[in-house]
Amino acid sequence: MRNRFSWFNATSLTLGFAFLYLPILILVVYSFNSSKLVTVWAGFSTKWYGELFHDQAFMDAAIVTLKVGLASSTLATVLGTMAAYVLVRGGRFFGRTLFSGMIYAPLVVPDVITGLSLLLLFISIGLDRGIGTIVLAHATFSMCYVSVVVSSRLVSFDRALEEAALDLGCTPWDAFKSVTLPIIAPAVISGWLLAFTLSLDDLVIASFASGPSATTLPMKIFSQVRLGVSPEINALSTILISIVTVGVVTTSVLTKQAAVRRKRQEQEAAKQD
Amino acid sequence: MFNFRRFFLISVPYIWLLLLFLVPFGIVLKISLSDSALAIPPYSPTFDLSAGWAGFREMWAAFDFENFLWLVDDSLYIKAYLSSVWIALVSMILTLLVGYPIAYGMAKAPEEWRPTLMMLIILPFWTSFLIRVYAWIGILGSQGYLNQFLLWIGVIDEPLVLLNTSLAVYIGIVYTYLPFMVLPIYATLEKLDGDLLEAAEDLGCSRISAFWLITVPLSRPGVIAGCFLVFIPVVGEFVIPSLLGGSRTLMIGKVLWDEFFANRDWPLASAVAVILLLILIIPIVLFQRQQQRAQEAGQ
Repeated sequence: MRNRFSWFNATSLTLGFAFLYLPILILVVYSFNSSKLVTVWAGFSTKWYGELFHDQAFMDAAIVTLKVGLASSTLATVLGTMAAYVLVRGGRFFGRTLFSGMIYAPLVVPDVITGLSLLLLFISIGLDRGIGTIVLAHATFSMCYVSVVVSSRLVSFDRALEEAALDLGCTPWDAFKSVTLPIIAPAVISGWLLAFTLSLDDLVIASFASGPSATTLPMKIFSQVRLGVSPEINALSTILISIVTVGVVTTSVLTKQAAVRRKRQEQEAAKQD
Repeated sequence: MFNFRRFFLISVPYIWLLLLFLVPFGIVLKISLSDSALAIPPYSPTFDLSAGWAGFREMWAAFDFENFLWLVDDSLYIKAYLSSVWIALVSMILTLLVGYPIAYGMAKAPEEWRPTLMMLIILPFWTSFLIRVYAWIGILGSQGYLNQFLLWIGVIDEPLVLLNTSLAVYIGIVYTYLPFMVLPIYATLEKLDGDLLEAAEDLGCSRISAFWLITVPLSRPGVIAGCFLVFIPVVGEFVIPSLLGGSRTLMIGKVLWDEFFANRDWPLASAVAVILLLILIIPIVLFQRQQQRAQEAGQ
């Protein structure tokens, strides 16, 4: 869309981004507040970070969250990529409508319902609840996100490339490994990252799916936050926010560079022709 | 020829979803028809595989719609459903009012800014939902930053009660769901052909009427998608009402949670879930139709 960038546009962008970022900024600034009273500034200090690292309950929860996140997002990526491949390249098979329905439904079903239904499943088959059941629960709902991301990439790429590989004597698995996978790799990686963040972020489903033996970080934060604002939570939030910011900015810079490089290579290839 | 590889590829995710998505819903439906009991697990009848067909018939005979009648009878639940839908509708409109100007500004911004603006909209979406809701507790509390600020500039003489009100819930929802509204609207506005606006102005339209006659109607698919993306999840929202809302902010996601964890009434919680899902099926089906139509129009 052309047309000039007006004062109204500038104001709405400024106000909008202020609304989005001011609360986070306040949180980060006040995590360095030395006072126990969170809303009163009493000087710069990093003591809450120190206290956080000595709080065993938080450290345990962080480790549980990390384990669950790594395991569930990897599982979700494998399953979601398979599901995307089936949806885009699978052709017709028995129950295809049901299958695609089950891929899209978890994206819109409220967390409380997903959590409740999984908990009732785990209880009725007598599965001990803990890290394992949270991994199963998270892998199930994030595989749907992964398959949406990967299938949008699969739809857009030229199927003739795969067919050429098969014609040249590749086995289907080789063709997938050396042609399809490198092309969809960016989508698979962003699918993994999405699944990992979803797992890190989830409170409701984890609360239903876990037993007394496993507490994730969001569960721990939630139980603390119900009692009000605390400087330790501010410090923890700041750490989490910085990790995500660094991650997102790095990936977006890397993808931008990769796109530029690819464009240059294509131009050079065109010149040689 | 039976293709083993294809069979394997289809059946692994298929069976996974059947076992961990569809079967659990069946169990919820089953328990919603059972009776609450003081036992472990706290409902009866429980299905006993070893009793075979007779056991299944016995279980079937014990089913009734008691829990659903209970939901209809007790006005608390009906109020909670209605107020969840109402809160979702109001916050959807508020998010649209806040989000549209942002998306519009992004689409009008110079092209080299746009990737950065996009990233700035998406970035909060990657940071923890819980933390973003938590940030507002510190802002809205009676000793919070907003009250301190307002007292300091002298607009008010005593702190306003903001936290634990419906207002706080609306602020929390608009804040956390804003990217879901901005992104689809921006996607339609970005593709909008600037020539149309120029043509309208050449033909004597003012800039404002050109906006209402051309930009708004053409951005409708994005607006509709954004509204669904906000409305559907907000109806079942749990975290925001339980952290920012007071005892008077009734939302069904929180009722379900309390029914399950505090009252330990599993059959009733399951019945609440079944009805919530039935309520959401209508907007979900509408949304899917709209998405399909948009896709067909795009091709």
